Amino acid sequence: MEMKKPYIKSIPYEEFKDNETLEALIKELNKERTNVVVGALDDLINWGRSNSLWSLTFATSCCGIEFMSVGAARYDFARFGFEVTRNSPRQADLIMVAGTITHKMAPVLKRLYDQMAEPKYVVAVGGCAISGGPFKGSYHVVNGVDKILPVDVYIPGCPPRPEAILYGMMQLQRKVKVEKFFGDKNRHQNPRDVRREPIIVTNAPIDGCEKTDK
Amino acid sequence: MDITFIDKKDVRTTLRKMREGGMDFLRELIGMDWGEEGLGVIYILENSCTHEVAHLAVRTTERQRPALPTVCDMWKIAELYEREVYDFYGIHFTGHPDMRRLFLRNDWEGFPLRKDYDASEAINPIRLTSEPPEDLQRSYEIEEDKEFAAIAKRENFMHFDEYVINIGPQHPATHGVLRFRLALAGEEIRKIDIHCGYIHRGIEKLCESKTYPQLLAFTDRLDYLSAHQNRHALCMCIEKAMGLEITPRAQYIRTIMDELQRIDSHLLMLSCAAMDLGALTAFIYGFRDREKVLDIFEEVTGGRLIQNYNIIGGVQADITAGWEVKVKDYCTYQLDKIKEFEDLFVKSIITKNRMTGVGVLTREEAISYGATGCTGRAAGWACDVRKRHPYALYGEVDFKEVLHTHGDSYDRVLMRIDEIKQAVHIIRQLIDNIPAGEYKQKTKPIIKLPEGRFSASVEGSRGEFGVFIESHGDKNPYRVKFRPMGLPLIASMHKILKGCKIADLITIGATLDYVIPDIDR
Amino acid sequence: MDFSTITTAIDNLLRTYMPEQAVILAECLLIALCLVLAYVLFAIVMIFMERKVCAAFQCRVGPMRVGYWGLLQVFADVFKMLIKEIISIKRSDHILYSLAPYIVVMSSVLTFSCLPFARGLQALDFNIGVFFLMAASSFGVLGILLAGWSSNNKFSMIGAMRSGGQMISYELSVGLCMLTMVVLGGTMQISAIVESQLDGWFIFKGHIPACIAFVIYLIAGNAETNRAPFDLPEAESELTAGYHTEYSGMHFGFFYVAEFMNVFIVSAIASTLFLGGWAPLYIPGLNAVNAVMGYIPGIVWMLGKTFFVIWLLMWIRWTFPRLRIDQVLVLEWQYLVPIGLVNLLLMTICVVMGWTF
Repeated sequence: MEMKKPYIKSIPYEEFKDNETLEALIKELNKERTNVVVGALDDLINWGRSNSLWSLTFATSCCGIEFMSVGAARYDFARFGFEVTRNSPRQADLIMVAGTITHKMAPVLKRLYDQMAEPKYVVAVGGCAISGGPFKGSYHVVNGVDKILPVDVYIPGCPPRPEAILYGMMQLQRKVKVEKFFGDKNRHQNPRDVRREPIIVTNAPIDGCEKTDK
Repeated sequence: MDITFIDKKDVRTTLRKMREGGMDFLRELIGMDWGEEGLGVIYILENSCTHEVAHLAVRTTERQRPALPTVCDMWKIAELYEREVYDFYGIHFTGHPDMRRLFLRNDWEGFPLRKDYDASEAINPIRLTSEPPEDLQRSYEIEEDKEFAAIAKRENFMHFDEYVINIGPQHPATHGVLRFRLALAGEEIRKIDIHCGYIHRGIEKLCESKTYPQLLAFTDRLDYLSAHQNRHALCMCIEKAMGLEITPRAQYIRTIMDELQRIDSHLLMLSCAAMDLGALTAFIYGFRDREKVLDIFEEVTGGRLIQNYNIIGGVQADITAGWEVKVKDYCTYQLDKIKEFEDLFVKSIITKNRMTGVGVLTREEAISYGATGCTGRAAGWACDVRKRHPYALYGEVDFKEVLHTHGDSYDRVLMRIDEIKQAVHIIRQLIDNIPAGEYKQKTKPIIKLPEGRFSASVEGSRGEFGVFIESHGDKNPYRVKFRPMGLPLIASMHKILKGCKIADLITIGATLDYVIPDIDR
Repeated sequence: MDFSTITTAIDNLLRTYMPEQAVILAECLLIALCLVLAYVLFAIVMIFMERKVCAAFQCRVGPMRVGYWGLLQVFADVFKMLIKEIISIKRSDHILYSLAPYIVVMSSVLTFSCLPFARGLQALDFNIGVFFLMAASSFGVLGILLAGWSSNNKFSMIGAMRSGGQMISYELSVGLCMLTMVVLGGTMQISAIVESQLDGWFIFKGHIPACIAFVIYLIAGNAETNRAPFDLPEAESELTAGYHTEYSGMHFGFFYVAEFMNVFIVSAIASTLFLGGWAPLYIPGLNAVNAVMGYIPGIVWMLGKTFFVIWLLMWIRWTFPRLRIDQVLVLEWQYLVPIGLVNLLLMTICVVMGWTF
């Protein structure tokens, strides 16, 4: 059976990296057959959701400045529909974890994530959020935000360039596009689980930042 | 750097004498763990008029319940510095009014910067529970004939019937993850309690296990908006210790880069101030111009925000051909655009009304809090390290140390604009005269510093950034301490926020322009 | 063209098939449906316009990739908003919490229904129209206060209190400006006000006092809609999202839409009272020009003027920083209200002495 590939206006499908992960994801989601009407509705809803991803203004360090650059005139993520950054977690669709997460910040971040309304996504921006980055050996740094939240997309870099952030956002768009909103196939989430298994689109780099250990 | 050790009993009398003798600026207060020689504190004092520097130290061999007398009644900034030392080393300061942890959670076990600290996950796991509310101000006092005193006072900070709100740690106007607890009366702020440490990464502890070239990566990530200047300070400190002279070409490049970084940082500050006040268009205008600086950085260093450019012995890469022309073009462009920004935002009547007379910090308070940089200079304190202790080429170029007198938010904004103009002036003097030669000196991959204590400081984008290294002759430093630019600014907020409105908190925060990762380290 | 011919025709058609009571019911439903549709349509246009205008002021391009030139962006947002989870808050006042967004929208729809889009194209029109309009628009603040109160959130509470103080104060100036124009027009019926501008818009007829009233109205109207430089109730950088901090999904969407529609309504009222509503430009003596102007349909005039005023308001919004709460109140009570009162007196003198055109 031919798989339906998510179409993004900005970059052709073949030019994306890591298509295998996405295809595996599509295969898994399409295991059971879907009603035509429900499928069409899904497509419509997904089109809307993927083109209107409002992020929470959340930044702990350097990556936050690059995130602001993405919002400013030169990179302007409003073009893709990421127009509005909401300051209230209730109204945000995704949380950009831009920067190091420390032990003191971890419960705050978890609470912020819990405060967000479903459907919600997590993007780990920068080496620190992915693995602890250059601060990996520290006593007060959480080595990777995936220890406390399910991460959807990893954007490596220290800090990632604005282009990388845009690319990561598009990866997230593609992921949203293949999801099934109706029928509850997408998220078998048990509210009692502390964390659910993340579906990862971009591969996490082994070490996000320049290596500080020889 | 020579340090005079003083006896624990004489600390207060000696320091008071020095304070009255004109040593009114407590530059640094460094906690130390000398192992068997005990725990202690190094004070670096400076005379704000003559710029004379004094280094003093005191130590105690007690490890279980170490106690030292406080100096926070002489220098206001010591209040936070001593809390930091308590947090890292567990040294109690008797007479300190509020001995709580500054950076770590109050249920944290152990004192991380002690040499015998156990960093295993079992003792301090990642806790996903909220921090237990610790609202007690503890203070300790000396009892007769005893080394350490019982708890003399415990007092609730916020009372039950007060309208307490939390601003932060996730809040758009705190520029990162700082948390204010405010007791309000209507819109007015009655009490303020600042919580730091949400981005405390333990850099100083990490440094102790790295080799000197590896340290360099951390400085850029302290205050990412003065990445270049921070790294300059560390390189300078290590070079000083090694006795390494760097080439004039490298000096020129470093100085130019420092000033470009200053422009970059001030532009970001101005645009963020605009955003915090609700003028989003001005924010975007500032960022548009900032991109041009980043382009210039990128061409030579390969990095945008964090450049990793200075290395021990020079700079990472030589400047590219034609780069000078771009810098000169940019200088002209920026002077033109800064006028546009002034018209749009700074000269707007609403901005003036919002900022004039808001958050006034007098010269004496600025010195007592050690609030250097634009904040200090807006209050009339000539605290520019470039003039006080000239480094790199600042002794040779002609530039003016702009001073304002009111010390309010509006003056702090004007300071930034003046500094951008001065930075352009400095760059223009240097850019045509970059001498030919090597841009870096060869160094060994493993550097061992001689035994001793070394320090260097530079004028960062928002104040004095200092580096202190204690070396025991190994390839790793024994202790590294960075003087945060932002901590004094935060400390001064205790004073200037009282009686302000919530909206003023935002204005003051924006114009003080602190960067949280720099405060928390 | 008179739209009342169409509505009368529909009315007559229905009457031939249905009894009197059923006709009234059917017509009410029909009108309600049209109103809501128009409301939503204008909201979408407004949101899109805001994004594009804002982008233009900020050297950006705004939405580009969703549909041609980003035209479908708002629809994408609506789809997303519709399926977003609506969170219920612990220890909040549940009834008031879910009621608040509807009150805000209701108030703005009710005000919307008073707007005259063309001759005969007006849902509500009676002899105290202006009075009703003010009453309907001012109960929106109730929704905002309830939202802030019931959310069990201190930020929301401060936002709501600011909003209460601000909106009720500025209501005064808006009222005074409207009263000034009512004095000039001599009637409170909105359709009659527009009719009397057929031979010259009020802003020209009332010259100096009308111009003063227009400026005050724009300032006060901006404050009424909680938009920068008066966006204190939701001051993003101070109170995260102000009174609607705790609202998610479509409930937040209602606040969002109502805010944009209030801007539309304020602008539409400005164009009705000052710029002649659907009345074409009339310059005494230039008959040829007047005839040409007369050919342009009223609805085009009305929307053209309205969007011009909206654009003015957006220009203001994307230029100035925000005021502080005490400054907002000082501006109102120490400047705008006294000036408004004097201006009302001035207008009355002008009308009594016949010094109007």
